[in-house]
Amino acid sequence: MQITVNGEPQKVDDLTSVSDLLQTLKLTGKRLAIEINEEIIPKSRHSQHQLQAGDQVEIVHAIGGG
Amino acid sequence: MTAKDTFTIGSREFSSRLLVGTGKYKDLQETGTAIAASGAEIVTVAVRRTNIGQNPDEPNLLDVISPDDYTLLPNTAGCFNAKDAIRTCMLARELLDGHNLVKLEVLGDQKTLYPNMRETFTAAEKLLAEGFEVMVYCNDDPIAAQELEAMGCVAIMPLGSLIGSGLGILNPHNIRLIMEEAKVPVLVDAGVGTASDAAIAMEMGCDGVLMNTAIAHAQNPVLMASAMKKAIEAGREAYLAGRMPKKAYASASSPLEGLIHS
Repeated sequence: MQITVNGEPQKVDDLTSVSDLLQTLKLTGKRLAIEINEEIIPKSRHSQHQLQAGDQVEIVHAIGGG
Repeated sequence: MTAKDTFTIGSREFSSRLLVGTGKYKDLQETGTAIAASGAEIVTVAVRRTNIGQNPDEPNLLDVISPDDYTLLPNTAGCFNAKDAIRTCMLARELLDGHNLVKLEVLGDQKTLYPNMRETFTAAEKLLAEGFEVMVYCNDDPIAAQELEAMGCVAIMPLGSLIGSGLGILNPHNIRLIMEEAKVPVLVDAGVGTASDAAIAMEMGCDGVLMNTAIAHAQNPVLMASAMKKAIEAGREAYLAGRMPKKAYASASSPLEGLIHS
């Protein structure tokens, strides 16, 4: 199924969890925050939260800024 | 100074009155070294999309500026409306394991990066209701500052001049008016170009100064970070000491008695 990750289209298998997606993107264990369809998905729910077709996923981290 | 000169922002107490940003440095190593040299306890960070599929081993800012060593202050820089600023703060809180201190800045346009106060008020109201401690970048309008404080913002942070301009404190009278009424800390949040600017803000009685470009874009950022640390301390001590009155005419420092005459 098709989702959008940080504005880019991404194909994932059905029954993909947020944790699975992070693994696919080689981001497991990184300091990140995830928002799906403008709602925060807390770390504690990454393994159980299943992605749905059309989901708008935002994956953010901290960078330098004033 | 003998007595401990600390100040309180929301629920947290700090000794260093220099707050620094982490943007515009050459690399993360320089960021870490300069920030250590500044002696800052509060360090701002930005929240941005992670690069997907590009160098997964890229070093992370939080490896250099650890939340264990510094009070991180996620900002909403780059947000031009309340909604984006609120989303950014929510993401920051998740990213930093529930950390609720944020720097709210909602900008008006790219040319001036002047705050959009209507959107700033809207965002502040929502963030305060969500339990955030909001330090707010704002214009130098004393009435706006009073309203932000009345809403519950924990620090008022007017600009001294435009973000990244290095023009110094162009509005000392307005900042004084804000300080006269404020019961929460007032920090100059933009405009400092060099050490004397920081000292001037502190001599006026500001509780602190937040800066980024003045250090990061100095020819030697680590040395400038050290200069800023001293300037903030010097300005603070001068404020506490109380300066001499200005006079129109000379007043000799050496005694006038006992002079030899020819």
